[in-house]
Amino acid sequence: MDLNFTPEEEAFRADVQAFLRDKLPQRLAGKVHGGRRLTRDDMAEWHAILNAQGWLANHWPKEYGGPGWNPVQKFIFENECALAGAPRVVPFGVNMLGPVLIKYGSEAQKRHWLPRILDGSDWWCQGYSEPGAGSDLASVKTTAVRGVDAQGEHYIVNGQKTWTTLGHFANMIFCLVRSATDVRKQEGISFLLIDMKTPGVEVRPIITLDGEHEVNEVFFTDVRVPVENLVGEENKGWTYAKYLLTYERTNIAGVGFSVAAFNRLRKIAAKQRRNGRPLAEDPAFAARMARVEIDLENMKTTNLRVIAAVAGGGVPGAESSMLKIRGTEIRQEISSLTRRAMGAYAQPFIEEALHDGFEGTPVGPDEAASAASLYFNNRKLSIFGGSNEIQKNIISKMILGL
Amino acid sequence: MNFQHTEDRRMLADTLNRFVSEQYAFATRDRIAQSDQGYSGELWSRFAELGIIGALFDEADGGFGGGGFDIAVVFESLGRGLVVEPFLDTLIVGRAIARSGNEAQKAVLGELIDGSRIVALAHGEPDSHYELSRVSARAERSGPTWQLNGAKAVVQHGEHASLFLVSARTGGDDDSDAGITLFLVPRDAAGVSVRGYRKIDGGRAAEVTFDNVTLSDDALLGTSDAGFATLEYAIGCGVLALCSEAVGAMDVAKDYTLEYLRTRIQFGVPIGSFQALQHRMADLLLEIEQARSAVINAAAALGAERKLRERAVSAAKYSIGRIGALVAEECIQLHGGIGMTWELPLAHYAKRLVMIDHQLGDEDHHLERFVALGR
Repeated sequence: MDLNFTPEEEAFRADVQAFLRDKLPQRLAGKVHGGRRLTRDDMAEWHAILNAQGWLANHWPKEYGGPGWNPVQKFIFENECALAGAPRVVPFGVNMLGPVLIKYGSEAQKRHWLPRILDGSDWWCQGYSEPGAGSDLASVKTTAVRGVDAQGEHYIVNGQKTWTTLGHFANMIFCLVRSATDVRKQEGISFLLIDMKTPGVEVRPIITLDGEHEVNEVFFTDVRVPVENLVGEENKGWTYAKYLLTYERTNIAGVGFSVAAFNRLRKIAAKQRRNGRPLAEDPAFAARMARVEIDLENMKTTNLRVIAAVAGGGVPGAESSMLKIRGTEIRQEISSLTRRAMGAYAQPFIEEALHDGFEGTPVGPDEAASAASLYFNNRKLSIFGGSNEIQKNIISKMILGL
Repeated sequence: MNFQHTEDRRMLADTLNRFVSEQYAFATRDRIAQSDQGYSGELWSRFAELGIIGALFDEADGGFGGGGFDIAVVFESLGRGLVVEPFLDTLIVGRAIARSGNEAQKAVLGELIDGSRIVALAHGEPDSHYELSRVSARAERSGPTWQLNGAKAVVQHGEHASLFLVSARTGGDDDSDAGITLFLVPRDAAGVSVRGYRKIDGGRAAEVTFDNVTLSDDALLGTSDAGFATLEYAIGCGVLALCSEAVGAMDVAKDYTLEYLRTRIQFGVPIGSFQALQHRMADLLLEIEQARSAVINAAAALGAERKLRERAVSAAKYSIGRIGALVAEECIQLHGGIGMTWELPLAHYAKRLVMIDHQLGDEDHHLERFVALGR
């Protein structure tokens, strides 16, 4: 039993830290630490920097352009990135579609799509949820009907996807579509790659409660998709969908994000005052902070235990559901405390201050502009990626055998 | 990074788990725990023969372990069997002697390890409410001797200990770290009186009173006025032990409850098929894993410098206090009426889990301490 990283792992961590010191633009780190909103260019810029280093697709095997890291290295990398304030890698192409193509895609699909994910030629988004298929994902109703015309075999897609994160930046979407209706609902789903410039695709924004445009609805009206864009076999899409959902969830706990957020909270609580002394010394607030700090310390070790089991040949299964539930609860609690720490100054909503080029005078403490909006934004954490209640269903079934 | 125990520790755990399940099964445990003695002299000797007590001490002190993870492995197994033998105070008093004792005092360590002597920590007082430095019992110099007066509360196995480790104030305010002196006081010294009683979770404890007990300098453990550091360190070892014990007990409580959810039929189906109960069980599983991580963190920090060590120890005891009570309450609730019965072993695991929060500082105490240590 040894909680310390090995000398090799420490050396790796030093490499990652040196890279972040040299290559992570201060401008981007400042925006991330300040809770300001990133543009498409910001995200693309960071992807390009990571790709130049060969570290963008860190879940991919070496032969496809991944760095060949083990789970511990991935954990270290993701943590250091979070602590340094690196923008989050947009996961849809790199972390979601990539592994599916590598496992289930044809040679032609891998040769065509994988390099384009790495160099940013394509920006992918995820077409999973529908208005009637949230937690019950296998109920997707968007249809794909196979046919032949002068240009060859194709599918005609009709329906609607929703909660499409960053869909307004994307040129490609991978979709779960219903290709058979006379079978069990899980057995009639196919996995299609759809070019969003095809006639009949329409993207409409959804503005979330924090005023942000992050998610969208995507409508499909008689959209023609060439049959070459079917991944794997027709009607086997549910298998691929599940693989994507459970694949490489080493960072699902988001421990690095929590540590970075807690460090920010600690600084804020040292500056904000209550009863004439720093909030950090207020017994009630200090107790709230200590509870979440201890939970986070425990979570770090729980996360490393799961990773060690994977690295040692164990199976990463429903344990990731535990990491997801508690990891997101901790992140939400920290953003809740950050909001509380602002006192009355959580109320002003100076949205411009969250964007580039704001030159006005801030209202209240520096962090006030983002505290409440980040708190509201983070309510999503316990809903997306399988709601925390769905994760408990998974734990009940897979671990507890109930 | 490596979360495997060493081969030696795995063997230790296997040996102990087997012994406890074969020789300390619930019926035996219940008989011992409710007996007038409150522990079993015979089984205590056999634990000693197996080397379980020795595993709690360094080689330099005559043991063959003594690391944080040795303590964790042993007490987790003891927790699985709800063992009521006097391991905890043997650990605490033994570690204090090992740290601060002179050669003559260290001779006691051999008697602890071979099981021939029972010792007890007499530190907490009727009004101290877990506060480590609140010591009102007084020892005063009178010529070449000390006069000890005071009352100590809920001393574990106090009736059967032949030697007490007693904290007494020799200087400073009643709540100051400085001015606490540790004494090793024989049970048969004139002026020592013991009033024993049962504990709600099994085993026995006692109120111990010291009335003009005369002690020589030979009774002094370490330096006078400077006992706090040793006390804190030894109690830290004890806290780690209690936390580990709790994780063992939680695992068993969880297993019993899962089995019940799978087999209890209501409305024509196993009650474990109901989502309301499944989610509560999933929450428990998650919390227990967090508790296990807290123990790992504390065990790993036991050899670290004071602040790191004590923060990890308090973080663990806070976590265990909160989660232990939760597991106890939820497991009783998920069992329904049968969970309320003395007959059901689960009920005794629940009682032990709750009572662990009442030993060496509860959830609130350790949360406050964690905050204070962070300043």
